[in-house]
Amino acid sequence: MARQRYIQAINQVLLDEMERDKNIILFGEDVELAIFGDTREVFARFGPERVYNTPICENSLTGMAVGAAAAGRRVILHLMFGNFIYTGMDAIAHQMAKLRMMTGGQMNLPITVIAGYGGGRSLAAQHSDTPYPTLMNIGGVNVVTPATPADAKGLLTTAIRGNNPTFFLEASGRGGDSGEVPEGDYLVPFGKAAVAHEGQDVTICAIGTMVRPALKAARDLEKLGISAEVIDPRTLVPFDEDGIAASVSKTGRLVLVDEAKDRCGAASYIAGLMADRCFHALKAPIKRVTVPNVSMPYAGNAESAIFPNPEKIVAAVLSIVSADQKSFA
Amino acid sequence: MSQLSNVDEAKRAEWMELYERMLLIRRAEERLGKEAQAGNLPGGVHLYIGQEASGVGVCSVLEDTDFITSTHRGHGHFLAKGGDLKAMFAELWGKRTGICKGMGGSMHVADVSKGILGANGIVGGGIAIAAGAAMGIKVAGEKKVAVCLFGDGAANQGVLMESLNMSAVWSFPVIWVLENNGLSEFTITRKVTAGEFTDRARAVGLPTITVDGNDVLAVQAAMKEAVDRAKSGGGSTFIETLTYRIRGHLEAEDAFLGGYSYRTQDEIDVWKAPDKDPILRFAARLIQEGAATAEELEELDAQVIGQVDEAVRYALDSEDADPELVFDITFSGQRA
Repeated sequence: MARQRYIQAINQVLLDEMERDKNIILFGEDVELAIFGDTREVFARFGPERVYNTPICENSLTGMAVGAAAAGRRVILHLMFGNFIYTGMDAIAHQMAKLRMMTGGQMNLPITVIAGYGGGRSLAAQHSDTPYPTLMNIGGVNVVTPATPADAKGLLTTAIRGNNPTFFLEASGRGGDSGEVPEGDYLVPFGKAAVAHEGQDVTICAIGTMVRPALKAARDLEKLGISAEVIDPRTLVPFDEDGIAASVSKTGRLVLVDEAKDRCGAASYIAGLMADRCFHALKAPIKRVTVPNVSMPYAGNAESAIFPNPEKIVAAVLSIVSADQKSFA
Repeated sequence: MSQLSNVDEAKRAEWMELYERMLLIRRAEERLGKEAQAGNLPGGVHLYIGQEASGVGVCSVLEDTDFITSTHRGHGHFLAKGGDLKAMFAELWGKRTGICKGMGGSMHVADVSKGILGANGIVGGGIAIAAGAAMGIKVAGEKKVAVCLFGDGAANQGVLMESLNMSAVWSFPVIWVLENNGLSEFTITRKVTAGEFTDRARAVGLPTITVDGNDVLAVQAAMKEAVDRAKSGGGSTFIETLTYRIRGHLEAEDAFLGGYSYRTQDEIDVWKAPDKDPILRFAARLIQEGAATAEELEELDAQVIGQVDEAVRYALDSEDADPELVFDITFSGQRA
């Protein structure tokens, strides 16, 4: 184990994997300078033969990822901000997600698309989106949302070595959290949720950037006598229905925390699944702590007013756990 | 050979192959048009009739290892690049023996083993894919080309300028083949287009060639030049083949145009005439040069029609698509 920041863990995987497999190419806007830090040294080490510092043209870049993969390369495309997924959406939705199916399974498309997502930094509406619900709804692309440096390493390695288009969405604001990262080869399988904190009274299912405030909420709830289990799906496509259902069946209560907008968001999707799977185990309505159906305002106070935080998570839990139902009452 | 020939045997064989390939596309699509109009196909079809010389000339200088990206009007490209007629028909009839197992249909016929990265239902959808395939070729140092076949409708998509730019900046081995049939679906392209398309390629410094797209040998010659350049590390070329779409945007259009038209019958007739139609023109050339007799060409036609009939029977006799398959093939090694 070594202590690394989230963004360093990603950077190390990119360097290691490109060293390990000469068939990997990486391209994207400003990857040479590495403005997020995740592609640092990649251009210097592997050169313009395998790393293309591209012009600003997401609509072509996403299509080129498909073409390069179809031609037999293993592709890493850096799209910078999650919002630019929308800019490059044509080829994502029409080619990347569909070509394998439409050709009867004739091609593998080993593509990893990296993008940082989410708000909370006054980057305003066009640089603060959480685009995974759109990607989940397209069907045909994997979506992973690592919350910790260790999962960032494990999931990115799995994405790069896999044979499917995968969106690796970084919770990378300000370089992300620090944490212990396993050394050497480390792969985290897709479709396996992680229990970030064990508990008995309520399941808090938190996605990506929301795991951190969920853990803070769990600590605060403990002081109030409530034992909360925090579970992190880690990948949204494929999704670990069984893992989340097992936790909900144990606690009988579910609060979902999702930085995406509420309408048709990941939380809404998971709520639907769990209402169906765990109906008889549920002791209370499923609650969602999400971003309202508006775009992210610029002003810090306006932004934090609509952003999920530990207080909102605690309030949601308290609304479904009554005094006599607490583990440590 | 019943008469003296101006061309040697090798040339004659090559020309006959070009002719047969164009004829196969024509007869196959005439049949598809009939079947579509009779309501015998599950989806719509967009026919390439009138443009055969372009696709056949282009693909005649390519290897199986070279890539093409195609359009919604892609049957001709598929057959020109060596795709199997029976597997294509089975695909259009939605059968599991189809080239895409019935999952793609007319607008998505693809055979990756032949370098056919797929017809594409999004106008301009193949442009960035071709640029990316060329990037992939260049990175691997392979002696291949990627050829992007696209229409004048697609040429107005912004993605073309982006991809042209990158193909020029990095000397990608990609050949842009604009098949200019003058029509953007139901709109005359001239009415919605400023300037010349080739000027857009010149603006990023690419060499351009404009060629009579209904002259298969002219197209072939232009392609040879472009392929030689790309395979010797000289980068990208932009070719415009001037041609015309005889049939509608899609076969069902008469039903919904309700008597309205976006072009005149006179215009269509001009392009159907023996001096314009790519197949009639090449037939005349073959006879004139002594490469074939009229009887030989008629015999070949009967053979080709026989092949088409057989492909229809194959499609009709094949088992329906497997509805479970979509869950297994959306991802590799992972059920959707």
